[in-house]
Amino acid sequence: MSQVLYQDRIVALAKSKTGAGTLAAPTAKAMRDNPLCGDRVNIEIRLDEQGRIAELAHKVRGCALCEASAAALTPRAIGHDAAEIATLRREIDAVLTGESQGSGDFAAFAPVAEHKSRRDCVTLPFEALRAALAG
Amino acid sequence: MKFDVAAIRRQFPIFARPINGKELHYLDNGASAQTPQAVIDAVVTYETTSRANVLRGVHALAEAATELYENARVDVARFLGVSEPEEVIFTGGCTTAINLVAYSYGQRLKAGDEIVVSELEHHSNIVPWYQLAQRCGAKLKGLPITPDGRIDTGALSSVVTPRTRIIALAHVSNVTGALLDVAAVVAAARSVGAVVLLDGAQRIPHGPIDLPALGVDFYAFAGHKAYGPNGIGALWGRRALLDDMPPFMGGGSMIGRVTLEEITWAPVPRRFEAGTPSIGPAVGLGAACRWMMALDWNAVGTHEMGLTQRMMDGLAGIKGTRLIGPAGLQGRLPVISFTLEGVHPHDTAQILDSYGVAVRAGHHCAQPLMDRLDLAGTTRASIAPYNNAGDVDALLEGVGEALRRFA
Repeated sequence: MSQVLYQDRIVALAKSKTGAGTLAAPTAKAMRDNPLCGDRVNIEIRLDEQGRIAELAHKVRGCALCEASAAALTPRAIGHDAAEIATLRREIDAVLTGESQGSGDFAAFAPVAEHKSRRDCVTLPFEALRAALAG
Repeated sequence: MKFDVAAIRRQFPIFARPINGKELHYLDNGASAQTPQAVIDAVVTYETTSRANVLRGVHALAEAATELYENARVDVARFLGVSEPEEVIFTGGCTTAINLVAYSYGQRLKAGDEIVVSELEHHSNIVPWYQLAQRCGAKLKGLPITPDGRIDTGALSSVVTPRTRIIALAHVSNVTGALLDVAAVVAAARSVGAVVLLDGAQRIPHGPIDLPALGVDFYAFAGHKAYGPNGIGALWGRRALLDDMPPFMGGGSMIGRVTLEEITWAPVPRRFEAGTPSIGPAVGLGAACRWMMALDWNAVGTHEMGLTQRMMDGLAGIKGTRLIGPAGLQGRLPVISFTLEGVHPHDTAQILDSYGVAVRAGHHCAQPLMDRLDLAGTTRASIAPYNNAGDVDALLEGVGEALRRFA
């Protein structure tokens, strides 16, 4: 049921717009589209000298799940490098396939496991971040 | 006779299935309509009593299968109002039908020729023409749309030129429901010697049609949107044009004579039906056409447009909704797109699903239109004869909930 899918934490994350905006001096950025639904995520990052994400900003033209995902990802990504971001991706993938409940705000996406058609909504910000890190 | 929607609804077995514990309110007919028992029975009868390949065997089953297949062609021709069933080509769907024309008729286009589509086309009526233009050096041009989501036929005089060879347009928009002014398009095409193809995917589910009166040259539609099976559609084309067109695909059945040195082509429609066709689905499509032809479309139309008005009025009464497309019932069919302020269409559709309401959300394979309207997408409800006031009311209830939840 959708009321379960859109639990309060998802709606709150989506409305929080955490990380929404642009950076003054990004070192990398990327855009990813979902061609099936037309959703789009732009991500900008500033990396420190160790290759860790010092700042992240995003612009999401997408559904509540996509907005919530970008908001949940932002604080979790700060301070991490590409390898650690890949670990975060594995964690959200495990949540979305029902293999794990996830930690922190990632746990809010557990009901998406019952809605296979919506998984890409959650992973689109992760895809954009991976592309930004890959340069 | 009063239109009995309950009697119509009972013919569709899908409505026995609850969705999320609720009655199914199926308003995604523009994507795929449901299929009545009569169509299912026709396919099952073929599969269980007459299953064989067509046009190849002399045995009883092959004869029976061929007869069913060709009778389906006659049914489709009658539905389209055309007297020559040979002008009806079975295809894999509407997309295949358009690709057939773009590839085959398109071979006569040269660099500098022009193909005219519009900004509200489904991708299936843009991409094949873009590909053709890329192949031959033709120019793809787009008719603009009016603010209420219609193809702006007033622009025909400036967009259509003596270099225009093909005008390919949606008979009914899959997003706004707007009905094309076909006469204006045909007149513009005739003035420069161009041909007209209509994408009839959203028109055909709303009753029989009189193609000769429309005056177009090609007409494409899909079976699954017209209460028929998946994997089948049809292209109608003028015989004189089809006779002159090279094959689209090569294979069995579409040849006259094959040697390694020379191959001749079969006459239409065989020339365009390479390989074993989708026999069962074609039989089902014929049955769907018969089912539609048995309805009183004056009554159905009144019913469908009454529901459209109910939905449009209901949406207008909910703060935060915006109708995308014609504001009234004139010149439109029951395809209704809307947006909710602060709510993404996918979230709207997901909430509606929890009410048992099936709709489509997103760009509807019409990205140029979304760009023109500056929208990421819309929520679309599309109405069929079996829909009732309860379906509309369930949608309106879900819309209210979506706004309360997200806006």
